[in-house]
Amino acid sequence: MYSEKVMEHFASPRNMGEIADANAIGQVGNVKCGDIMKIYMKINDDTKVIEDVKFKTFGCGAAIATSSMATELVMGKTIDEALALTNFAVADALDGLPPAKMHCSNLAQEAIQSAIADYYKRKGIDPVGIVGCSGDCHECHGNSHE
Amino acid sequence: MNDGRRIYLDHAATSPLKSEVLDVMMPYLTENFGNPSAEFYKEGRDAKIAVETAREHVAQAIGASVKEIYFTASGTESDNWAICGFARLNKHKGNHIITCSIEHHAVLHPCQQLEKEGFSVTYLKPDKFGRVSPNDIAAAINEQTILISIMFANNEIGTIQPIAEIGAIARARNIAFHTDAVQAIDTIPIDVDKLGVDTLSLSAHKFGGPKGVGALYIRSGTNAGSIMFGGAQERGRRAGTENVAGIVGLGAAIEIAAENAATKADKLKILRDKLIDRVLAEIPEVILNGHPTERLAGNTNFCFRYIEGEGLLLMLDMKGIAASSGSACTSGSLDPSHVLLGIGLEHEIAHGSLRLSLGEETTPQDIDYTVEVLKETVERLRLMSPLYNKGEI
Repeated sequence: MYSEKVMEHFASPRNMGEIADANAIGQVGNVKCGDIMKIYMKINDDTKVIEDVKFKTFGCGAAIATSSMATELVMGKTIDEALALTNFAVADALDGLPPAKMHCSNLAQEAIQSAIADYYKRKGIDPVGIVGCSGDCHECHGNSHE
Repeated sequence: MNDGRRIYLDHAATSPLKSEVLDVMMPYLTENFGNPSAEFYKEGRDAKIAVETAREHVAQAIGASVKEIYFTASGTESDNWAICGFARLNKHKGNHIITCSIEHHAVLHPCQQLEKEGFSVTYLKPDKFGRVSPNDIAAAINEQTILISIMFANNEIGTIQPIAEIGAIARARNIAFHTDAVQAIDTIPIDVDKLGVDTLSLSAHKFGGPKGVGALYIRSGTNAGSIMFGGAQERGRRAGTENVAGIVGLGAAIEIAAENAATKADKLKILRDKLIDRVLAEIPEVILNGHPTERLAGNTNFCFRYIEGEGLLLMLDMKGIAASSGSACTSGSLDPSHVLLGIGLEHEIAHGSLRLSLGEETTPQDIDYTVEVLKETVERLRLMSPLYNKGEI
């Protein structure tokens, strides 16, 4: 059972779509697991502020709602602030997720990290030291429904 | 558009209890509370008579005799009994069982339990429509084979199996044949002799009866042992005080279901085919799962590419439609439905599955409304999906 907030974000997702001139794109999950989250960002090179963010998600209701909430939480934030976003913060902002769906919030956190890693890669900077991962998170990590 | 009315299209999960069935059950939930085992006073005898009358209804509905009908608590219990009870009792004759990879878990999991107990089980692969080949069954038989268990019709994709052909093979080789007929009773007239089955499972709530009661047909001369031990109920074969009201409800429901099976099937087939034709014609990149013709009259099952089933179910629910999916998110496991994978679908396709199972109260208007909602909902979810149109800029 989902919270009202999850259902509200699922029914009316914020920031759904693509950004034509995005300078950071991250994608995590894989089709075999049934979850793919793709995040587009427009990051200001001077201020490092995420000026626009959009998502496209293939997945369950929780995956769509966490995508929507995660984009809302990082919109207008700096890269550093966005990297500090935890999966628990996304889940809390949605008034919680069923235990079997917590991996969806991991996916949202990782999609944001992956997009920021892509931003640094495009600048010729190795993101691993900054983001903590290369952004290539394509395995069924934590995708446990048990 | 729909005036807030609910459209229930999950009859394969459960069906609404018929009011006339509830009417005959009510006295056994209220004033007629006796225990059928207490035959020395009227209250007990009345309950006993009610149970035996229900047994007659079940026997008549499937062409059996009353001594061959045993009441259980569910279709699952009936399957467990027919498989574990039979196999354990007949182990001295052999330890091999033949079934199919797309059976209900109520068959597969007992088989897996028996494997732990030293049995060997062959899980036959069906064709892409979900049909098991009688030739494959004949080829899988060895001198150790004691039991074949093949479902009458698949609960997810609706494919009807060639039960009579399999029954003939089993009989010729003197091997017991069980069929899980839980999905079939209300739209397919059943005669256990013509089908050549030795045990047959059924469940009341799939055909307008109450939940929590089922039955197992056990052919005279077939000994399926027991899996419930205790009192002498059900002629000493299935211990436990009878669910009298439930059994009365099962009896009433199966009487109605068997009588109307053919006409109900004719009605549902028209609606089913209308739904299938419209979905395939009006929604791009959709696959029909299951057999084009050998399928349950009320069953439809589709896969919509690029989207995931749970999101689809939630959006349909918001529009008043109750449906089911075989996606991993709804199956409670990591993988999508074993049935969809079993007919050879890729994971990514199977995640986008939707089962719409029709019932007696379904109308042509319900089908039209459902198709319109589906068109809109599938498109909406596809626009959110990074897989649709590849999403690359």
